[in-house]
Amino acid sequence: MSTIEVDRAAFLEGQIEPQPRRRRPKRKTVNTVIWFVVLLALTAIILYPLVWLVFSTFKPSSEFGQNPGLIPENPTIDNYLKVFDGIAGTPLWRFFGNSLLIAVSAVVGILASSALAAYAFARIKFKGVGVLFAAMIGTLLLPFHVIIIPQYIMFQKLELVDTYVPLILPKFLATEAFFVFLMVQFIRNIPRDMDEAARIDGAGHTRIFFSIILPLIRPALITSAIFAFIWTWNDFLGPLLYVNSPEKYPLPIALRLYNDATSTSDYGATVAVSFLALLPILIFFIVFQRFLVDGVATQGLKG
Amino acid sequence: MKPGRRRANRRENVAGYTFLLPWLIGFLGLTLGPMIYSLYLSFTKYNLFADPKFVGFDNYVRMFTEDPQFLQSVQITLVYVLVGTPVKLAAALGIAMLLNYRNRGTGFFRSSFYAPSLIGASVSVAIVWRAMFSSNGPVDSSLSLFGINIGGWVGNVSLVIPMMILLAVWQFGAPMVIFLAGLKQIPRELYEAAEVDGAGPVRKFHSVTIPMLSSVIFFNLLLETINAFQVFASAYIISNGSGGPAGMTNFYTLYLYKRGFADGQMGYAAAMAWVLVIVVAIIAFILFRTSKSWVHYAGENK
Repeated sequence: MSTIEVDRAAFLEGQIEPQPRRRRPKRKTVNTVIWFVVLLALTAIILYPLVWLVFSTFKPSSEFGQNPGLIPENPTIDNYLKVFDGIAGTPLWRFFGNSLLIAVSAVVGILASSALAAYAFARIKFKGVGVLFAAMIGTLLLPFHVIIIPQYIMFQKLELVDTYVPLILPKFLATEAFFVFLMVQFIRNIPRDMDEAARIDGAGHTRIFFSIILPLIRPALITSAIFAFIWTWNDFLGPLLYVNSPEKYPLPIALRLYNDATSTSDYGATVAVSFLALLPILIFFIVFQRFLVDGVATQGLKG
Repeated sequence: MKPGRRRANRRENVAGYTFLLPWLIGFLGLTLGPMIYSLYLSFTKYNLFADPKFVGFDNYVRMFTEDPQFLQSVQITLVYVLVGTPVKLAAALGIAMLLNYRNRGTGFFRSSFYAPSLIGASVSVAIVWRAMFSSNGPVDSSLSLFGINIGGWVGNVSLVIPMMILLAVWQFGAPMVIFLAGLKQIPRELYEAAEVDGAGPVRKFHSVTIPMLSSVIFFNLLLETINAFQVFASAYIISNGSGGPAGMTNFYTLYLYKRGFADGQMGYAAAMAWVLVIVVAIIAFILFRTSKSWVHYAGENK
């Protein structure tokens, strides 16, 4: 982008007042510097809680309540050593494993069931498609609290409480309309030429779905997979309701063990597990940030 | 209709319902069926052990006339939604405009501002938040540098809601990214034309940015409002599931959870859930209805 273009854009947005030509470059530089400093300050404020968490994991428990600052006075890795020993007779890796099992199953279930449903909604002209599509959109805005009570009663009658079935089964039945909707939008943007040509050649829907549509919606599948993983990893209410045995706890629930047991003073362990629980998401974020941010921008996904 | 055509139609129907089968089972078995059942439950007294006992509108009447905890939870939830959502959207729009000022180097800021939206719902963040706002925590000690001594927000009846609102506002990144995408769609010529007419920055914001962005504002407003009504995990963690201090974090869905799953009043909780559905439906309806007068869609003449 040329300097003149940048200047004109900034001028049109009212950031730069009309100036005699020779004074403009200086004014522009000053504005840009102010802009940069303001944003940098805002970033520092926004990211401070995270940075504070990371540094706090190296504070000895005695320092909590004494040293609210960033830098530990007596840095230690004791918190991590303590945390890796586990709690309530359960090693930490077990909670990680539980979370991973649930999240990976959810990703597989959501991708498979949502892609099938999205293809039906976007490409097959069957009786009742309009009404069913409207029903699917309706569930987007439905507060899910209205269904957790009957769902809980149902799973309880089926004696499936304290198993992962209530957490995983719904994902294989495309109950999260967000992902279906996202994929429908994506499939609708794919030109029909290719699948129509395939149909003339005698390909059925199964064939078209697997060899044409699935490969073409890969970006939507990746975006969905990342969000599905992160949301399931973060889920609190589901495991709170359905998982009772500590050795089956996923991380967010296990975190409460460290937290409850320590309401007096052992903050060190709590912050260390908090950070470890956040780590996979932060890594996902750093690796896929472009994908995530663009996915939000184009599809209106929530964080 | 020709027989061949009819056969083709039937084949399409079979294919459609086959592809839709998982969703259909989920919709009927895990959404629609449970909704109908919870509507029935909302007219009963049910504790999971004895059979549901039909009590008519008792649950609904009770919550509005005999349950001060319910009324308090409605009140704090409304404050949270009515204050938190506009502040969050204003922050999102403000920063989006700041980022839209220049194109180069915004990638880093965009990502940094978005990060809290992604992790904000997690238990870890609720724990960090509680630690940051506790007495002698980082927030308190920085305020005391300016001579403001609060002594902790978490246990403070009048400050715990502002603290929860700050947690919501901190996650402004998701609507911000959507605003930013909308801002990039506004043709520069419009600003140019306004400039020629002698419009200043305020006038341009009011007459160009806001109307051109109205469909995005509507979308964000609808989603953020509905989301705000459903705050749960952070309230649960920050109050250790109690809703305290003095019921000030007893947000609607936390109270619903406590009634249903801690007190075993499933009928009452189901009735609460239906009140929430009705409120969300009314808000969505009002927003959609009024949107006709202020939302401007591209390509429409007004």
